[in-house]
Amino acid sequence: MGIQPVSRENEMIQVESLTKQFGTFRAVNGISFNIARGEILGLLGPNGAGKTTTLRMLTGFLKPTSGTIRVAGQPMSDQGLAVKRMMGYLPESAPLYHDLLVFDYLRYVAEIRGLKAGARTERIRRLAEICQINDVMHKPIGVLSKGYKQRVGLAHAMMSDPQILILDEPTSGLDPNQIVEIREIIRQIGREKTVVLSTHILPEAEATCDRILIIHQGAIVADGATDQIKRSAAGGHRIHLSIANADPGAVRSRLATIDGVAEVITEASVNGVLAVVLVCHGEADLRGPVYREVRHTDWDLLEFYQETQTLETIFRKLTRED
Amino acid sequence: MPQAWFVFKKEWTSYFASPVAYIVISIFLLVTGWFFFSTFFIFNQADLRNFFAMLPLIFAFVVPAVTMRLFSEELNIGSIETLLTLPVTRGQVIVGKFAAAVAFVAAMLLPTLAYPVSIGLMGHLDWGPVMGGYLGAMLLGAAFAAVGLFASSLTRSQIIAFIVAMAICFGLTLIGRILFFLPETMVGILAYLGADHHFQNIAKGVVDTRDVVYFASVAFIGLYATHLSLREKD
Repeated sequence: MGIQPVSRENEMIQVESLTKQFGTFRAVNGISFNIARGEILGLLGPNGAGKTTTLRMLTGFLKPTSGTIRVAGQPMSDQGLAVKRMMGYLPESAPLYHDLLVFDYLRYVAEIRGLKAGARTERIRRLAEICQINDVMHKPIGVLSKGYKQRVGLAHAMMSDPQILILDEPTSGLDPNQIVEIREIIRQIGREKTVVLSTHILPEAEATCDRILIIHQGAIVADGATDQIKRSAAGGHRIHLSIANADPGAVRSRLATIDGVAEVITEASVNGVLAVVLVCHGEADLRGPVYREVRHTDWDLLEFYQETQTLETIFRKLTRED
Repeated sequence: MPQAWFVFKKEWTSYFASPVAYIVISIFLLVTGWFFFSTFFIFNQADLRNFFAMLPLIFAFVVPAVTMRLFSEELNIGSIETLLTLPVTRGQVIVGKFAAAVAFVAAMLLPTLAYPVSIGLMGHLDWGPVMGGYLGAMLLGAAFAAVGLFASSLTRSQIIAFIVAMAICFGLTLIGRILFFLPETMVGILAYLGADHHFQNIAKGVVDTRDVVYFASVAFIGLYATHLSLREKD
């Protein structure tokens, strides 16, 4: 007998060994993860990694080949109206009806979402302000630029102020200013709501998400908070120091005694400044111990910083084709 | 189900937001008007028999033009994804779109009421067959609209949807006229399958349950097939 999974109060979405097979191609291969309330989760991966397929299953648009999805403790059923009511979804490149005016479209969404007749216009006005689409409200969606279309799509997703917001590449096609604005909106929403977004732009995930899930060839290769992923995937990190008025041998022996330091590399430069690199293993932050150690000496500490591996290098390392 | 009503409203607005609606209605009125009036004064009879005799054939290519967009466009631009992830069921979407297509057929037929009215002014018109004819036309239009909706759910190309729907509708219309080619044992079944025969029965002013059941069955099969086709896309 298996143990019944306990639905924790805080878990908004629970995904269990989710798989999707298209013919002979396995787009998503048995992935499991939970998403907490008020969390902004970034789904990261190269093109064709299975991000969109995963999101489509989360929204109920695609049926999983196997595996289960629970949203707020409820299993996703065939049409899952209760679940759909909790979710706002912006599909990739915001596919919207070309011939409708933006206002008419948003009113249609408000109607289907079950907003009260009196509240619809007010809500649309508010969203138009948030997403800055006031200028295009009376234009057909078909003539809008990609950025505006994306923002109309965002308004569409946020219409009913949903508990869960699922965004497939929300900032694609936007200019840098708009990207900053949209990120700010997403961050604001993420304070109370659950947000899942996919992207292949790393700085975006870094700037917006609390937690990152890296997907490669349908499987999860990394899952954790942004800085946690950085530390664990880096295989140790490095601390750089520049020290004057010190003997290289003494520096090496003294710093090597710190717990967690694997190797001390020193390099003397012409003006008597010693460049020191501490190669650390493990996840512990050693900046404190190192500083305390240095404080006990009469060395002049000129520079002191920890090298952070960018998400970019980690991402490449994890998703490189073998 | 208010959701179906909102889908209906949106589709209805979309019809008249594009020039297609006006073109289809104009062509329909031109063709029916031409066929009807070109022989009307020769026969010198105050009835609409000619008009209703032509109607199934004309519907077989006009109704697919009305329905071809309904799902193909959604599939083509991908809006099916935004639509089906809203809190609405496939059934509600299908019913809403179907109702919009039927309402469009009604809107298309509305101006043709000028024919019976003007004939009624010119001579003595028997209104029974006229009312039967319009009832039959709506039933036929609904059945063809369901077929068209199904064809539209199969493909992202509106042209293919149109051709498939037209082929099925023409088949249903003409099947009654090729019975003499067929072995005797099959004639009974195939005669029942022909839409023309059922339509002409109603257009005589005789509303028989069997004919009504026929159109309702075709519509139901069309809508159910649409449902299955959409579910398969998962």
